[in-house]
Amino acid sequence: MVAGPDAGYREPMSWLKTARDWRPTAHALAGLAAGAFTAAVLGGLVIGWLAAIWSLVDGPTGAWELAWFYVIVALAGPVLLLWAVQELGSLQRARFRAVLGVEIAAPPQARGGGRPLLRPLRAWWAPATWRQLGYHLLAMVGGTAGGLLVAICWAAPLLAVAYLAGRRGDGPGATAGLGLAVLWTALGAAALVRAAPWVARSVAEADEAGARALLGPSRSEELALRVESLARSRAEVVAATDAERRRIERDLHDGAQRRLVSLAMQLGMARASLGDDAPEPLRQVIEQAHDEATEALAELRQLVRGLHPAVLDDRGLDAALSGIAANAPLPVRLRVDASARCAPAVEAVAYFVVSEALTNVAKHAGAGQAEVTVERAGGRLRIVVADDGGGGAALDGGGTGLRGLAQRAAAVDGTLAVDSPPGGPTRITVELPCGS
Amino acid sequence: MRVVIAEDSVLLQAGLTRLLTDGGFEVVAAVGDAESLLRAVAEHRPEVAVVDVRMPPTHTDEGIRAALVIARQHPGVAVLVLSQYVEERYATDLLSERTSAVGYLLKDRVAHVADFLDALRRVAAGGTALDPEVVAQLLVRRRADPLDRLTPREVQVLQLMAEGRSNNGITEALRVSPSAVEKYVSNIFTKLDLAPTDTDHRRVLAVLRFLGA
Repeated sequence: MVAGPDAGYREPMSWLKTARDWRPTAHALAGLAAGAFTAAVLGGLVIGWLAAIWSLVDGPTGAWELAWFYVIVALAGPVLLLWAVQELGSLQRARFRAVLGVEIAAPPQARGGGRPLLRPLRAWWAPATWRQLGYHLLAMVGGTAGGLLVAICWAAPLLAVAYLAGRRGDGPGATAGLGLAVLWTALGAAALVRAAPWVARSVAEADEAGARALLGPSRSEELALRVESLARSRAEVVAATDAERRRIERDLHDGAQRRLVSLAMQLGMARASLGDDAPEPLRQVIEQAHDEATEALAELRQLVRGLHPAVLDDRGLDAALSGIAANAPLPVRLRVDASARCAPAVEAVAYFVVSEALTNVAKHAGAGQAEVTVERAGGRLRIVVADDGGGGAALDGGGTGLRGLAQRAAAVDGTLAVDSPPGGPTRITVELPCGS
Repeated sequence: MRVVIAEDSVLLQAGLTRLLTDGGFEVVAAVGDAESLLRAVAEHRPEVAVVDVRMPPTHTDEGIRAALVIARQHPGVAVLVLSQYVEERYATDLLSERTSAVGYLLKDRVAHVADFLDALRRVAAGGTALDPEVVAQLLVRRRADPLDRLTPREVQVLQLMAEGRSNNGITEALRVSPSAVEKYVSNIFTKLDLAPTDTDHRRVLAVLRFLGA
């Protein structure tokens, strides 16, 4: 560390001026207010609730409407208390954020089913609720005490003056030893003021530690939240890729493919209209252009068909797969037994997997034929692509594209297994959870 | 012969109109979506309707659904469906509605003008025209059934029958003698357990069995 000319120099009373040093104090004082408020709210609710129950147990007296009132309070008590615990938790988290700039995440809300009647009470079964309640009890006692302590430290000069003033008025004999008392009181007050920032910081630190442990999500809840957010963002990435492929398919269909069809058609008409007396070079050029155009059209169709065919959306995987099976450069037998549809993202992955796997077989396996089987068992879609080629395919073998397939499958929580002994045959099994 | 064209690309609509006009057809209406197609067919009563599959508003299978409606409501109107991809599922939908005066071809085929016009005339005359791609797609789904008893050559002949060719057409395509084709055809009928009654009807039945419809 390089010491500048100012290093080691401290302006007198600088600890009073830095905002940083005031924040713990403000936090502790706000904690005092929050603690008192918490005590009033929770205490009031608990006492009111217990009183209502006691009145019911003891036998209500007075007007019969009063009994109804007790019943309502007894029933509403736990719900109100729960609401108060959660709202006070938000309040305390807001205090940390506003004063200390400390962000404490809210614990996850209890969700899901359960009996409808008990739904408003469900959060009582969540550990997070009890941890928050624990923090509130701590805030009532510790927070209030800490706040008071900080307040006393800062107010020490005022208290000292008040003390000395009171002492002087105590009677004629009291003036004896006043000088000494003034000295001690002044020293004590000075020491307390000097210690105040440290006390405030300690109180704030203890408070923060308590809040982190009790107000926020626990480690496992934090991990669960993280997993949830990761799963969501991954699903979004998968959906975005899917949408992109659809868009490209649509663009090519509406653009380049149409123009090529038109071009091939015009060349076809030109070719058909060539008379017998047409010069040979012209005939050759037109014929070649026509052949090239139709070949380009077929190639483009193959490419686009592999992206995301429209039939996959409106008729499902079963209908879409025959297109790629028929276009494979080797004989393929296709057996699909999946009447129920899967989530669109899963169907898109399944389609891609079959398409890529068949391309792989044609390129690398040296196979005579292949068989594609798709079946749905419970909530899972199982795709098997088998060929009678030379085998020896491996997931981490370079250039076979199997790794890419495994990644695509994993993106929707699926698995890919390769069984390919040297000499063959090869069996690639992909299992995908069907999704909603 | 009067034709209605449904094709949402202006470029292809103009091209098809010219192609058909040059080929001796009379294009009485050229429309861009399924609803206008149904209106035009009801109004003009053409001999044949040439229909694109992907049309507004959803750009999925509008053309197929419109073709099914025409097949049901206008028995006298032949339907030729054109598409940039063919799907066997759409083909079986079409064939379950009607097995004559119906065709389903890749748009690529219009580039071969003479063949395309032949196919259109065949469909307009009550025949069928299925794209070889469709037939190939149907082949990958063959299950263990009587079709397995056919020799590769007989499968080829059946495929050509499914495409809508006559015995003469098959003779030309395979470059074999007419008597050989007749033999293949009768073998197919026997192996598919089709009784020797009306020949044309048996052709249709053989094709249908082949299609699994």
